[in-house]
Amino acid sequence: MTRSDVQLMLDVKAGDQQSFELLLQRYRTPLVNFLYRMVRSREQAEDLAQEVFLRVYRAREDYEPSAKFTTWLFRIATNLALNSVRDHRYQKLEVSMDAPIVADAEDGEERMMEVADEHPDIEQHLVEEARKKMIRHAIEKLPEKQRVAVLLHKYQELDYGEIAKILQCSESALKSLLFRAYETLRVELAPLVAQSVKH
Amino acid sequence: MSCEKMETRILAYVDGRLKESERAEMEKHLVGCSACGLRVNEFRAVAGLLDELPVIEPSGAFNARVRALVAAETQKRSGWLAWFTPSPRVAFVASMLLLATVWMGSMQRPAPPIDAQDLPVVESSDYDVISSFAPLSDLSQAPDDDSNDSDNGQQQQQPQQM
Repeated sequence: MTRSDVQLMLDVKAGDQQSFELLLQRYRTPLVNFLYRMVRSREQAEDLAQEVFLRVYRAREDYEPSAKFTTWLFRIATNLALNSVRDHRYQKLEVSMDAPIVADAEDGEERMMEVADEHPDIEQHLVEEARKKMIRHAIEKLPEKQRVAVLLHKYQELDYGEIAKILQCSESALKSLLFRAYETLRVELAPLVAQSVKH
Repeated sequence: MSCEKMETRILAYVDGRLKESERAEMEKHLVGCSACGLRVNEFRAVAGLLDELPVIEPSGAFNARVRALVAAETQKRSGWLAWFTPSPRVAFVASMLLLATVWMGSMQRPAPPIDAQDLPVVESSDYDVISSFAPLSDLSQAPDDDSNDSDNGQQQQQPQQM
């Protein structure tokens, strides 16, 4: 039987190291992805995710299951991500959509030139990569809080109550925040949205 | 339902997170409002586009690095705890020292406060007695072998000549 996050954390609190391993396994990918989309650097995202796990471990003795484990986990991650974004604001790279393709091969996520030879339809591949780049840039351009809300809502599928607690706002404020974020994305991605709506 | 009220519910509708009653109310509005209908379709399209982003996997060394951090943390804590954990001998010596300090402190009686009124006051009439005191007069006659101090010596001897 699968133990819940809270049960695992309570077992960690009781000194069970194996339960911490299970939590690590369960949340390493969601955390790294969330942080990657926040800080835009794979290496930095991994460093921050490691710090999140370390803080969880450090806090094990004081852990009380008063809230969902994911709320607590992503609150730590959000605080670390926002601090990191503010600290590294000067490192923001404004990558133009017209920039050479290799410029996007930042962290090995999409190394287009490497796969070009293997791809049967290079033109189709380039179109797909351009779409992804456009989507990623649209998310990156969102104000920090809106970005956190979208990432937690869309990719982590947290409920409104949890996201509101993480961002320390009311649920209605969160709904407005998300609405504004989706409005901005709708405008930023207008050509792609129009294509999708037509189909 | 007004179009403004739609704004707070549109995303939950697209996600399928609305309650049944709210969803029914929403759909009733959408039948008669093409603008909101278009907005719903556009939000659905945005949600679909967000799904296109690939999921990245943490590097192979990720777990090992977390384990190393946790192990270092455990070692650090146990180091501090060992420092604070009292050994029986140290605890005995420390408690004996403390007892001895307290005992010695209690044995020392505080000195009685000095009453300024009890101090003898030199009356001005005693000055003549002190100034004519022979041993003091001898002391005031400084040797003359140091030429630098000759002026001072003369100044000190002047009252005697008078």
